[in-house]
Amino acid sequence: MPNQSEYNFAYLDEQSKRTIRRGLLKAVAIPGHQVPFAGREMPMPYGWGTGGVQVTASILGADDCLKVIDQGSDDTTNAVSIRRFFDKTALVETTTDTEAATVIQTRHRIPEQPLTNNQILVFQVPIPEPLRFIEPSESETMKMHALEEYGVMHVKLYEDIAHHGHIATTYAYPVHVNGRYVMDPSPIPKFDNPKMHMSDALLLFGAGREKRLYAIPPYTDVKSLDFDDHPFEIQQWDQSCALCGCEHSFLDEVIVNDEGERMFVCSDSHFCQQRVNAKLNMSEAVEV
Amino acid sequence: MYVAVKGGEKAIDEAHQFLAEKRRGETRIEALSAEQISQQLGLGVDRVMTEGSLYDRELAALALKQAMGDSVEAIFLLRAYRTTLPRFGTSTPIETDAMRVERRISATYKDVPGGQALGPTFDYTHRLLDFALLAEGESKLTHHDSSTQSVESKLADNAESSVNDEAYQRVSNFLRQEALLKEQFKLSGKAVDITREPLKYPCPRDGRLQTLARADEGFLIALAYSTQRGYGRTHPFAGEIRMGYVEVNLFIEELGFDLCLGEICVTECDMINQFAGNEQEPPQFTSGYGVSFGFCERKTMAMALVDRSLQAEELGEVVDTPAAQAEFVLSHCDNVEASGFVSHLKLPHYVDFQSELALVRKMREEFFDSKEREGQVTSNDTDLENSLTEQTGASRA
Repeated sequence: MPNQSEYNFAYLDEQSKRTIRRGLLKAVAIPGHQVPFAGREMPMPYGWGTGGVQVTASILGADDCLKVIDQGSDDTTNAVSIRRFFDKTALVETTTDTEAATVIQTRHRIPEQPLTNNQILVFQVPIPEPLRFIEPSESETMKMHALEEYGVMHVKLYEDIAHHGHIATTYAYPVHVNGRYVMDPSPIPKFDNPKMHMSDALLLFGAGREKRLYAIPPYTDVKSLDFDDHPFEIQQWDQSCALCGCEHSFLDEVIVNDEGERMFVCSDSHFCQQRVNAKLNMSEAVEV
Repeated sequence: MYVAVKGGEKAIDEAHQFLAEKRRGETRIEALSAEQISQQLGLGVDRVMTEGSLYDRELAALALKQAMGDSVEAIFLLRAYRTTLPRFGTSTPIETDAMRVERRISATYKDVPGGQALGPTFDYTHRLLDFALLAEGESKLTHHDSSTQSVESKLADNAESSVNDEAYQRVSNFLRQEALLKEQFKLSGKAVDITREPLKYPCPRDGRLQTLARADEGFLIALAYSTQRGYGRTHPFAGEIRMGYVEVNLFIEELGFDLCLGEICVTECDMINQFAGNEQEPPQFTSGYGVSFGFCERKTMAMALVDRSLQAEELGEVVDTPAAQAEFVLSHCDNVEASGFVSHLKLPHYVDFQSELALVRKMREEFFDSKEREGQVTSNDTDLENSLTEQTGASRA
């Protein structure tokens, strides 16, 4: 980026950041409720994490340590790009270590390692409105939230069951927050949904293009929508991670050759690396 | 061992280096200066300023240069710069009535006070490639100081000679004098600022106009076109199009008067539309409005048509066409938002896709399972799916 010195700390001017923080405070006060905010243009495209970047820019302090992941990995191109952006505009310390980070910006995953109460997880959100694909009009969905009119969502899930035998939503699986608002958890796999329930860490959600903020404060009740006879369940794999052997993490499928042979590896790259390192250390210790 | 997606950091650096080389092109060709772009690709600069919402010819030209001539990318660059600028005040509304006019035409009256001034227009040119421009020299058409000047440039000269400091009466005012133009949308209080407040629906006209002013030209043209050929009934006439220079003034509290900050070039379009009237109101005309920085005439005409379409609800008309649906138009007209979201599909989606993959496999298992139970499955299929069906079959039972 040219002329770094011409931009403010973390890119946005202080007034803009303050506006966003005010929105975040409201979002924390009303868990799961979408708060409109005056989204700014950011130097990365809409749909590439501008909401998350604005939230991160607003809450970042000089002594914070930032981790950025995309699909669970620190090394995917967009994660690299966003980490570099803050590295340059805010000069904050960055890390790939989940434990060392105070702020983690994420796209599509929640880290495998449980977060603590001195960490904030910032989600990038494409479509904040969980009812959008049932009702395209914003005026209508606003009313539905106000009146707690969530019947259509249950009807949709019921229709899934009627057609397919089970709920056919695997990511961006809607949750009921604090017994009040139905919320879109962003396109994380439903595998990650249970991690939001009574989370120690503060969860902030930013949708830049749609200009909405929302939050799940620590220790909030978060329930994935389901039915008594069709309880919510998460994805499971027959395989374990080919690198670290983990049997309880979210696995990415990698096609390794033209014959279509497959390998499964942890989607959370730091988590996986840590386990691989621990194994190496163990085997070294045994040899000694 | 192959490890998924490592080396992103290095790949990005290499890609950007490659891009920089591509952007420069062959080094034996002289590099373009931002000034050349501003001077000679002026309409491109105008579009970038308009949709980038920032009147700065030099930076818009720089954006075009950096974006290799890609308007949407250049608009994005300029917007991303604009967002960092502090606000030190709000100018008083520009007075386009007092415009120093370079072009002013009306399609509703053969002649109007002040006359029709064609100005620098592509209209009535024959769209023939001018091969003289390919050669080193310039086409003689572009010089209008010689005695052998063309009809077009003579007209332009006439227009210029008629450009003077006296203000041109606005054509729509002639209709207003006869009370034939519906007066509406008086702004109550401060105008909204869509760059500082998120758009809310139903969106008032000030918010709509601001959104349309920075909207993608192509999108607006398509919508405007749709209203003309059946998806709308607005019966438009180009009441007036004017392009020229206006002063930008700022009221200085400490001084107690307006201070002129400078002049900007703008284009404005007043579209006049039929309105049948209703039980309360007599038949009369309504209007749509379009405006742009620089000379973006096509954009302002399209904007005016769409602005009029979006008044449907307030005028008690049936809202049954795409161009009349405010949420549809306003939520999708910004090309920075739209191109960002479309292009984000390039980003990795392994996790979501993995989830979908697992679901499709599971559904297929169940499909073959139920087919098998119905005895419709061929032996081949059975072999293929046999091992997979046991578990799900049990759980479904």
